Amino acid sequence: MRKGSSSSATTRPARRPGQTLARWRRDRLLLLLAAPGLLVVLLFHYLPLLGNVIAFKGYLPFLTIAESPWVGWDNFQVIFSGDPLFVNALTNTLIITLIQVLFVFPLPLVLALLLNEVISERLKRIVQSVLYLPHFLSWVIVVALFQHILGNAGMVNTLLREHDMTTFSIIGVPELFEVLITSQVIWKDTGWGTIIFLAAISRVDTSLYEAAAMDGAGALRRMWHVTLPAIRSVFVLLLILRLGDALTVGFEQIILQQGAVGATASEVLDTYVYNHGIVGGNWGQAAAVGLTKGVISVLLVLGANKLAHKFGERGVYHK
Amino acid sequence: MTTTSPLGLTAKPRKARPSTSTGRPVWMGPPNRVLTALRGLILTIGCAVVIVPFLAVVSTSLATQEEVTENGGFVLLVRDPTLASYQAILSGGVVTRALVISILVTIAGTLLSLACTIGLAYALSRPGSLGSRPILLAVLFTMLFSPGMIPMYLVVKQLGLLDNLLALILPVLINAFNVIVMREFFLDIPGELMESARIDGANDLTILARIVLPLSKAVISVIGLFYAVGYWNAFFNALLYISSPEKWPLQLVLRTYVVNETPMGVDQVSAGSESLPPQLSIQMAILVISIIPILLVYPFLQKHFTKGLMIGAVKG
Repeated sequence: MRKGSSSSATTRPARRPGQTLARWRRDRLLLLLAAPGLLVVLLFHYLPLLGNVIAFKGYLPFLTIAESPWVGWDNFQVIFSGDPLFVNALTNTLIITLIQVLFVFPLPLVLALLLNEVISERLKRIVQSVLYLPHFLSWVIVVALFQHILGNAGMVNTLLREHDMTTFSIIGVPELFEVLITSQVIWKDTGWGTIIFLAAISRVDTSLYEAAAMDGAGALRRMWHVTLPAIRSVFVLLLILRLGDALTVGFEQIILQQGAVGATASEVLDTYVYNHGIVGGNWGQAAAVGLTKGVISVLLVLGANKLAHKFGERGVYHK
Repeated sequence: MTTTSPLGLTAKPRKARPSTSTGRPVWMGPPNRVLTALRGLILTIGCAVVIVPFLAVVSTSLATQEEVTENGGFVLLVRDPTLASYQAILSGGVVTRALVISILVTIAGTLLSLACTIGLAYALSRPGSLGSRPILLAVLFTMLFSPGMIPMYLVVKQLGLLDNLLALILPVLINAFNVIVMREFFLDIPGELMESARIDGANDLTILARIVLPLSKAVISVIGLFYAVGYWNAFFNALLYISSPEKWPLQLVLRTYVVNETPMGVDQVSAGSESLPPQLSIQMAILVISIIPILLVYPFLQKHFTKGLMIGAVKG
């Protein structure tokens, strides 16, 4: 994108007054081609963006957004006054994010390092094919698979019972909810996450490894001193993107499994917005929470990016 | 594999270096037995964790009542497979209808998405075209800030799209990331090709149809497949916007009958003259049916995504 926009800036003819009409005549076919896509973006992105004024209104379903009365910051009271349900959702979200950044985020890197050491290209490709697959399954399918494999009546527990061993339950247990959804995320996306690391590793100059080996570095030292520094910037980039999503934790995944464990254990910000707004009818409050979440997420990305620049990394974008 | 890295960049051809018979460069030294064994073990476990659930699901979907009872539930390797469960859910009833809806939404959605994405990406790729800069910024901004669930729902409602299958398509018609990736690809097409066509009297539409599209088959098919997988897997939009059960796509049926395990009676499946196949087998058959399309496109996806997917991310 950067490359493209700069090239279009340089090749653009100098703008003279009265030229817009000529450009219109020249580009009207292009504009016609762009129109449907642009219309969709305006209608389903920018219109809802404006629709966020609902957060400052007392929305009544029989009125339109425009007709509903203004209520100022009233809807934000759930946030400012620390409504217990909201605080619960926020706490759960942050705990899950913390767990997933600590335990899920580094896994693709580890797996990529393992895969990279596999010498046989064919074997590597087979393993990759298997490990990437779960990424393309929907959350409904993943949750269904987990239930039927690990549930109380699932495959594993049935096997254990047959052999008179103690069964375990992880599904439908509120205390273990974080463990459950974290393991689902690991199962679904660890393999997929390796792609970008493998790509970065494949660009490391092999002569660096050879030189390191000449200097007496074993496999582990080569990994530590050559591979890891080479992929540091990719790691930082992904971490920034993950931090931007700190307030977003698997909505579909959680809403599917909320019934079994209850709201106290499983409510996160997105499900809060859904349950209170769409299901519960507190449109204004739910929109206020959603809007706050969106704004904070943007600030997080921008902040993390700035921090990355401070440490001399590339970040998501340049100034 | 050695010529194109997953980043879409051409890797340097590796110089021929002395190597052992296993393809291992000499400088690497002999492999460490313990580490190799450990690595093999971890990767094997990883693959098994993915494959075994699939095997169990497929086997159980093919099992008879006796075998399900005998195993106390899941069947890992089926002895005498029967297609009874598939016949039951595919000969009319809830699943059949949902399958038809999902297929229709996926095909229509993918075609519309591709048409709009191509149009937008092409207009944005022509240097200096009118309004391309603000439009590009408008598209990019959608990646940074999502408008939120409530306003989105209210817009869909006010447009009169609630409980309409179009609500499964229109709100997700354009994915900004896909537009950017495709635009990057179009930008890489040599400008001389288009200039010469223009001199020969071709307009922008002809250039798109005759030059740009034929050169971009790979990226179009990848992005099309990603859109298709997205439409096929979409669950949340259906939950949000579709209220009448007769308009449910497959993912909602999956949730109701496989995740929530609502029993399926003769109203939901038509079992013919015999008794109903075991519930577990029916559930697993629904699961298999929803996975099969993904498995069908997966080889194509895998061939291409390593090339196409990351272009935008890396250059951007």
